[in-house]
Amino acid sequence: MNDKIAPDSGPLEKKSIKVTALREGTVIDHLAQGTALKVIQALEIEDDRTLLIGLNLESKKFGYKDLIKIEKKELSQEDINKIALLSPGATFSIIRDFKVLDKVFPELPEQVENLVRCTNPSCVTNKYDTSSIFTVLNRDPVRVRCYYCERTFKKEEVVFR
Amino acid sequence: MPIVSEALRELAFSFKGRSIISMRDFSTEEILMILEVAKSFEEERRPLLQGRILGSLFFEPSTRTRISFDSAMKRLGGQVIGFVDPSSTSLEKGESLDDTIRVVEGYCDAIIMRHPFEGAARLADDSTLLPVINGGDGSNQHPTQTFLDLYTLKKAKGSLEGLKIAFVGDLKFGRTVHSLAETMARFDPELHLISPPSLRMPRHILEELSEQGVTFTESTDLDGIAPGMDVIYATRIQKERFPDFMEYERVKNAYSLDEAILEKVGRDVSILHPLPRVNEIHPSLDQYEGALYFRQAHNGVIVRMALLALLLGACNE
Repeated sequence: MNDKIAPDSGPLEKKSIKVTALREGTVIDHLAQGTALKVIQALEIEDDRTLLIGLNLESKKFGYKDLIKIEKKELSQEDINKIALLSPGATFSIIRDFKVLDKVFPELPEQVENLVRCTNPSCVTNKYDTSSIFTVLNRDPVRVRCYYCERTFKKEEVVFR
Repeated sequence: MPIVSEALRELAFSFKGRSIISMRDFSTEEILMILEVAKSFEEERRPLLQGRILGSLFFEPSTRTRISFDSAMKRLGGQVIGFVDPSSTSLEKGESLDDTIRVVEGYCDAIIMRHPFEGAARLADDSTLLPVINGGDGSNQHPTQTFLDLYTLKKAKGSLEGLKIAFVGDLKFGRTVHSLAETMARFDPELHLISPPSLRMPRHILEELSEQGVTFTESTDLDGIAPGMDVIYATRIQKERFPDFMEYERVKNAYSLDEAILEKVGRDVSILHPLPRVNEIHPSLDQYEGALYFRQAHNGVIVRMALLALLLGACNE
């Protein structure tokens, strides 16, 4: 899985950089430009994992995209939901022995529990020890509503628990 | 003789055991059905709820909501227990809301609660199988107020469809206007939102109105009210919302309705206010036929009787 880094100027062929292929792990592709670092922060990746990040890669579909390769990492359902929240349309591939074992198109479920923190300071979830539940109103662009206080939030306003 | 007509019986039966937490939980058909059922309670005095007990949990002060629920329950032969001051309860000892509800559910058949935290009624509803009625949760929802507002509007105007409504006053903190505006969005309204700049309708509500295709304007003074308005819904501007007392003094008079408003918008306009009023409506308007605010408060009892009877399954008896 080699990706070309978009050059500042000049023909693409001359300035492209080879990115090391993964033996085992996960490739998160088609991330919206500018979301890779947010995704890495949200996934709380262990310190001993090799991480390759591609920013502003050329993409036929999106113009530019971000990409992350994480060695020896399988995504949990919570991780997948986080990616779907931060960058709807992102895909991820599970890599085994340099080969793509499976390609997944994550989609937010109708409701997410204990994933997002309600930022309304008057919400009961910030006053009592209770789980957070958000209803997904729209997947792309992302809009979610707190099940308790009914406040709605856009992707940029989402804060993970 | 059953309260509801044959046509509404099945829908009415589906309300038995349900809770009233948010207007979002109700389809438009259900809302209209509740208003239809409420009409039957204008003259209803049978003890339909004899032997039933309403748990009335007011974690925050309330006058009209609490007393009108008391009245509604007692007019139908039921009884009310509860508290009006949480400082006299075990909540002061640190009891969780969940525990309070689980204890109280053994004492009564339904719960009405008001709480300062947004979403508290939903949390309470998840803790019990009893019907829970949200009597106001912070600045989020106050669904029974919305039902009584809708009832008053429908009675005055004949239909809820296509009304031109001006909301005037505190549109930021007033949950009444949030909930009513969002619910009216189902009926193709034209909304005019008139408030001081610091008390504008919250952004998330405006976004929801836009998404639902509602036509609305925003304005900072009463001159924004156009002729031909069907309804003016005034709300109280609370002194404590203003850090600057002078600013409050300026604003409170700027949003005061008097007879001059009738000359401007016409004499078909209905004037509503959730009460209590301070300066928002001059007493000289009280004699005006379209001044509905006291009737609106009285309708609160009728609507709450209907809701209690529906939730406790007494409408089909």
